[in-house]
Amino acid sequence: MDFELSDEQRLLVQTARRFVQEQIVPLETKLDPDADSLDPEDHARLAAQVKAMGLYGLGIPEEYGGPAIDLVTEVLLAMELSQHRAGLYAPCYGVFGGTGLAQLYEATEDQKQRYLHPTLRGEKTAFFALTEPSGGSDPARAIRTTAVRDGDDWVINGGKIFISGADEADYGLVFARTDPTQGRGGITCFIVDTDAPGFYVRRVVHTLRSAHYATELQFENLRVPHKNVLGEVNKGFSIASDRVSRARIPYAAACLGPAIKAQQMCIDYVKVRKTFGDLLATRQAIQWMIVDNEIDVRTARFLVLEAAFKAQSGAPFATEAAMAKLVASEAAGRVVDRAIQIHGGSGVSKDLPLERWYRELRIRRIGEGASEIQRLVIARNVIGGSFH
Amino acid sequence: MTVRMSKPWASLSRENIAGLGAHMGVYEVQDSSEHTVFIGYAGGKSLFGLRGELERELGRLGTGHRFRCEVNTQYMTRYKELLMVHQADLGELPRDNRDSAPRLGRLRPE
Repeated sequence: MDFELSDEQRLLVQTARRFVQEQIVPLETKLDPDADSLDPEDHARLAAQVKAMGLYGLGIPEEYGGPAIDLVTEVLLAMELSQHRAGLYAPCYGVFGGTGLAQLYEATEDQKQRYLHPTLRGEKTAFFALTEPSGGSDPARAIRTTAVRDGDDWVINGGKIFISGADEADYGLVFARTDPTQGRGGITCFIVDTDAPGFYVRRVVHTLRSAHYATELQFENLRVPHKNVLGEVNKGFSIASDRVSRARIPYAAACLGPAIKAQQMCIDYVKVRKTFGDLLATRQAIQWMIVDNEIDVRTARFLVLEAAFKAQSGAPFATEAAMAKLVASEAAGRVVDRAIQIHGGSGVSKDLPLERWYRELRIRRIGEGASEIQRLVIARNVIGGSFH
Repeated sequence: MTVRMSKPWASLSRENIAGLGAHMGVYEVQDSSEHTVFIGYAGGKSLFGLRGELERELGRLGTGHRFRCEVNTQYMTRYKELLMVHQADLGELPRDNRDSAPRLGRLRPE
């Protein structure tokens, strides 16, 4: 695999880096350290700039109006766009546009007209609801929310937890059990309108990611028309599985942005900070932390790019995507932890972005498939399918 | 922590504010008719945290008001939660939040 960047990729990376440094970071210094949104005027101004650059809608397939950018380039940009305080979960505060829910690319034409296209135009927002209080990593067994057919409708009862954006969304994807005798094969995915009677956002769930909350949902005799079944009945898990694996790669890349930035901060700091009469840069304990940081960043970057290259080439990439997500999320957490140690008291204060990255990176080891689930995927593919 | 703030009310006075720590957190202010007029937060950029923010409120609103506050490092999401709960309970935002509220969702607490 040739990891040398093309001239176009190099230019795009430089453009993204300059955009973050010149447009985002100066605005960020005026915001609360836990902010996850810009002033609407600033957002509109910067989104217009991004559109003029031809980069709006990164992650949206070209046939749906996204920029003609391949996955490797998308990953390189994800590493750049997350290199600021809010960058892990709100890269550039969303001025590069959203991607919509990947599963909707598999929707019927009618569903695309009602949900996908308005979302890509920025007219509707959506949420994704899989996890329940009974568990998230093993949804096939944990899902207790039920959907029962009643004429042309399905009637949904149950609840979901740790759901982002459901209180603001126009619709969402809700997974419910439609065949209680089956595990994985008894789950169906429904497109649910949030203004439908029986849909309730019951509470805010505060997490380490204190810039943004999750929600707990309750469904009470929520009626959903049959035409809102996404994919086939009882095959909710199989819809768009390739796209889910693919989405893990830019997700992993975004973990690296704060890690790269934290390492840069460390290198700059140890060259000016003195202890006991000499620079931190001369202390072996500090040097080794910086070396370990560099190894973590480079290892994760290699695995992320390898996964992106494989996915882009059409080769099987589930193992590589799982490795990239596992290693990048864990390595980035270690890098930021060491960076805090090097920066001492300042590292844990809200004067620097390190404490926010530290909190938010902890969540990345759980979100989008916990580290243990990634290991399970890798083991299944490395050892073989019959031993799990 | 309950969805609605449950701390006791205290008169918005210099003496009561002086006893507060410079913590991050959230607060509510009511007028003499016991209508909540403002929900705010003391964040990472607040000088002297809750104490500083409530001194500012006293300067802005004057005496005759009361306040309650909650020390909370998750001040941003708690602030939004309190605004959403107020909106769900009363159908509108507090008077002094109407022009400056962040984007809010629809919460239906039981």
